[in-house]
Amino acid sequence: MGWFFKFTNSSVGKKLVMAVTGSFLIIFLIVHLIGNITLFFGPDAFNGYVSALDVVKPLIRVVELVLLAAFVLHIYDGFVLWLENRRARPVNYKVNASSENSTFTSRWMFWLGSVIFIFLVLHLATFFWRFNFYDPSGLANNHLYFNIVVNFFQIWWYVALYIVAVIALGFHLHHGFQSVFQTFGWNHKKYFPLIKKIGTLYAIVMAVGFASMPIYFFFFYGGSQ
Amino acid sequence: MEEKNLKLKLKIWRQKNSKSVGSFVDYDVQVSPDASFLEMLDELNNSLEANGEEPIHFESDCREGICGTCGLVINGHPHGPLQKIATCQLHMRNFKDGETLWVEPFRAKAFPVIKDLMVDRSGFDKILEAGGYVSVNTGGAPDANLIPIPKDIASEAFDAAACIGCGACVAACKNASAMLFTSAKVSQYALLPQGQQERYRRVQKMIAVMDELGFGSCTNTYACEAECPKGISVTNIARMNRDFASAKFKSKEEVEV
Repeated sequence: MGWFFKFTNSSVGKKLVMAVTGSFLIIFLIVHLIGNITLFFGPDAFNGYVSALDVVKPLIRVVELVLLAAFVLHIYDGFVLWLENRRARPVNYKVNASSENSTFTSRWMFWLGSVIFIFLVLHLATFFWRFNFYDPSGLANNHLYFNIVVNFFQIWWYVALYIVAVIALGFHLHHGFQSVFQTFGWNHKKYFPLIKKIGTLYAIVMAVGFASMPIYFFFFYGGSQ
Repeated sequence: MEEKNLKLKLKIWRQKNSKSVGSFVDYDVQVSPDASFLEMLDELNNSLEANGEEPIHFESDCREGICGTCGLVINGHPHGPLQKIATCQLHMRNFKDGETLWVEPFRAKAFPVIKDLMVDRSGFDKILEAGGYVSVNTGGAPDANLIPIPKDIASEAFDAAACIGCGACVAACKNASAMLFTSAKVSQYALLPQGQQERYRRVQKMIAVMDELGFGSCTNTYACEAECPKGISVTNIARMNRDFASAKFKSKEEVEV
């Protein structure tokens, strides 16, 4: 296995790890968004969805472990690459014209990712932890998952952070989606322009989709009857 | 017709040697719009020398955009603000009277400054030495076109081979990555039948040397392609990624450098 670690430690190897874990996270987000849409259909729909996941808990736990590995590797390699790449240019340019030769998202991936990371920690501490392990209000134990979400979405700073993070996520995905294909070596002039467009569409759907929930519950939700 | 000379303010990076700390020095110049950027520096150096001052060190050779020796970062753009030309092909008519121009060397850990605007790009030679060759039989010269190669493939290989190794990709990249250069060299052989013998060893060796020299990695910003004087495509980077991964997974030997 020595060769494998040497390979994944090379510059191209680390980028491949980023792409493999990134594509897994891209797929995860689709599933996550589809599931969360049940929030719009009221408490029964959402609680039913979460309870349905409970039935297949062992399987979910396995998926969660893979997800954890993907997040850890993506964040770790992302950080290491950022450090190495900073070291590759010890003296910076006085005049920087990078805005004229590359996209903003491609140059800010590390910082966009950092915003998402901060959000991720908070997100796990609030929703994931309470749904799965400990809920001081006892709402989760009564299968009132819906109320946990609604309660958090009444806190203005939580909603604000959520929206900022989700916008950062959208920009991160806008670059990340097409970047996966380039790193895998799938850059073909027939398909790549389409891949870039699909990536932009995907990023918008994810950002708008995930932002719609806190916005809806903070501004428009009148409480369940 | 006589054209009016341009008055420009130059802020040029002066650095005594690789150990010392550099800084920008201001120069006011008047230059013909027909002069090339390097000719302007020549004139400036003439006047510096006439005053007994140390001339500004910069590199140039063919001055027709094919050797890849020249290379300055002008207002943040390697080879200046125009696309698909080398610094030597940049003419002063592209600048406005009264403009301020910041002139910097290529900046990368793997390209240490030797003096002023001159950098040591021997790292590129080391990458080439690692795999930029093909094995051929000695003896009589083979017939031309002995091995049939489709035109589109030959053109693609030629497009990759058009890389002049100037280092603008490294200079433009926010990570000072040499991926575009290395991938162009990998691709020009990988696309052709003559390059197949060493194909998978070559990609591993060249990337290993590239990593060792302290170049950064690829964030797929594509700034390299945008600033490349020869318009080398980032599809070459994709090809290199592909070849590298398949080489690592399929090969039975460890390729060491």
